[in-house]
Amino acid sequence: MTGFPELCATTMDRDLASFFARVTPDDVRRAMARSMPSADDFLTLLSPAAQGLLEEMAQRAHELTVRHFGRTMQIFTPLYLSNHCTNRCVYCGFNAGTGVARKRLTMDEVRAEGETIAASGQRQLLILTGDAPALAGVDYLERCTKILRGMFPSVTMEVFAMTEAEYARLAAAGIDGLTMFQETYDPVLYERLHPAGPKRDYAFRLGAPERGCRAGMRVVNVGALLGLSPDWRREAFLTGLHADYLQRHYPNTDVAISLPRMRPHAGHFQPATAVTDANLVQILLAQRIFLPFAGITISTREAPAFRDNIVPLGVTRMSAGVSTAVGGHASDDNADTVQFEISDHRGLAEFSTMLRSRGYQPVYKDWEPNAHVAGNRP
Amino acid sequence: MDDRLEIGGVQLDSRLFIGTGKYGDDALIPAVAEASGAQVITVALRRVDLGAPTGNVMDHIPSGMRLLPNTSGARTAEEAVRIARLARAAGCGDWIKIEVISDSRHLLPDGYETARVTEILAKEGFVVLPYMNPDLYVARTLADAGAAAVMPLGAPIGTNRGLRTKEMIAILIDDQRLPVIVDAGLGRPSQACEAMEMGAAACLVNTGIASSADPVRMARAFGDAVRAGREAFLAGAGATRTTASASSPLTGFLEARP
Ligand code: SF4
Repeated sequence: MTGFPELCATTMDRDLASFFARVTPDDVRRAMARSMPSADDFLTLLSPAAQGLLEEMAQRAHELTVRHFGRTMQIFTPLYLSNHCTNRCVYCGFNAGTGVARKRLTMDEVRAEGETIAASGQRQLLILTGDAPALAGVDYLERCTKILRGMFPSVTMEVFAMTEAEYARLAAAGIDGLTMFQETYDPVLYERLHPAGPKRDYAFRLGAPERGCRAGMRVVNVGALLGLSPDWRREAFLTGLHADYLQRHYPNTDVAISLPRMRPHAGHFQPATAVTDANLVQILLAQRIFLPFAGITISTREAPAFRDNIVPLGVTRMSAGVSTAVGGHASDDNADTVQFEISDHRGLAEFSTMLRSRGYQPVYKDWEPNAHVAGNRP
Repeated sequence: MDDRLEIGGVQLDSRLFIGTGKYGDDALIPAVAEASGAQVITVALRRVDLGAPTGNVMDHIPSGMRLLPNTSGARTAEEAVRIARLARAAGCGDWIKIEVISDSRHLLPDGYETARVTEILAKEGFVVLPYMNPDLYVARTLADAGAAAVMPLGAPIGTNRGLRTKEMIAILIDDQRLPVIVDAGLGRPSQACEAMEMGAAACLVNTGIASSADPVRMARAFGDAVRAGREAFLAGAGATRTTASASSPLTGFLEARP
């Protein structure tokens, strides 16, 4: 069977414009009614013709989400461990060329941050670093995980791309999930946006989620940074195909999708294109209908009113009580280490109250950690 | 007539089991439980947070109900065994519903792993209720492994599509001495009623109640439907004919002899 890199290359070459030109509203309705939509049905839901049918798609996506997830919302919060970075991603505030203050938490600071976050009621933690393996590499992450493991039933990570053996090592240390954004699936644009550093290796990054699945990560989360590419429909399509590929090949892994949209940050890069609220909603609905069982994450990059309104549309995971500064939970004097500006500053209690007022239950814990982590069967 | 369901030595008056995982507000659970009349309630141990500062699903379980913790989230027999032991250690009792699902795309139960867990836990004295595909051989294996009941799915989980596996469930009911509890897929009271009419011992309903517009009212409807279906099963439905009586019977000549 073809691997995802080949599927990705073929999809990059595919003429989507002529596909979209043929899509009628009836095609969109047929695609959303299908119990197991095909890849072309998914593309149909992403088409310009579907823009006029967002309400019907929303009803369908809502119904599927309530059936499979109930009226519940998983809550997590990020912990930034280090912002050292050797890369020069032009869209990021941690880029090696920015003047942002650099910091890496000591083990005592990690413990203090963990305790502060756990005391706020959070149970699902996402740890993050920049890409500087010499300063905050696998050893460092392993030590941090051992400390945090006891405080949180679930610790997942969003860090640099690793080898399968490195993922397996961290899975054994207690990391149960992995978020890996490809940023853009377009290899030409990717090269332009990543002028220097190890992250320049497009293929190594593209293969990272699959290596995570092989290594026994329980949850693997993929996504594209929306706004980087002017062709957001193709990016959304590839993200869905990526998740679909992983689900089919690694049925033992929970595959999830994140929908990050470009935010202002310490650099001066402006998004190639504004992905509007309506565009983001269309992506969310199409992905939900295509992958009814996949988790879908929306972060605090989005504004409170927008986040509140998309609760019933298919999102299953949201962050709350977020600081993107290194050590920003236990201490206030790290404001100069932020990665990007968040839009939703609400704390856990306030966010939970909003969810409840909309008839949704915030879920803080959804995993009983196992002493050992089982890998996928071949 | 006394018609109680016995599982693991416990007598139950209600043949409806309910779930907890999908409510917009756990505070609805007591009202749902009361309206349904259910005596057994299943809870995912992975959602239980005993040390939580932020509230806990367990706070909403009515005290008289029998807790059926489940191993949802387990992908292998080993994970399920560990979750079951944790549940018992946490004071959730000896009953355990086994869910081993290692396919995130279709969420169908893994019969082989389920049988392994059942064998291990039954030996440890658990009352094991495994969720399963309605497969004759898997059901027999589970019975041999010490299951206290089998819980075949009516349709894939969360689909509300009803008794799609009706023919297979009928075979299990015919074959099994264990109670057959239809779990997953029952979206409407009429579907639960039909399962009971066929001779199912009980039904477990979660999504059908939680995803309705008025869960408390729907819980009551499911309770009534399960009782009605059981009554119909006990009464024994009249025979049905598939064709009308023919005016020229094909065997009429046998009586026409002089
Ligand atoms: S996106 Fe990640 S790798 Fe790139 S500069 Fe920012 S922190 Fe470094």
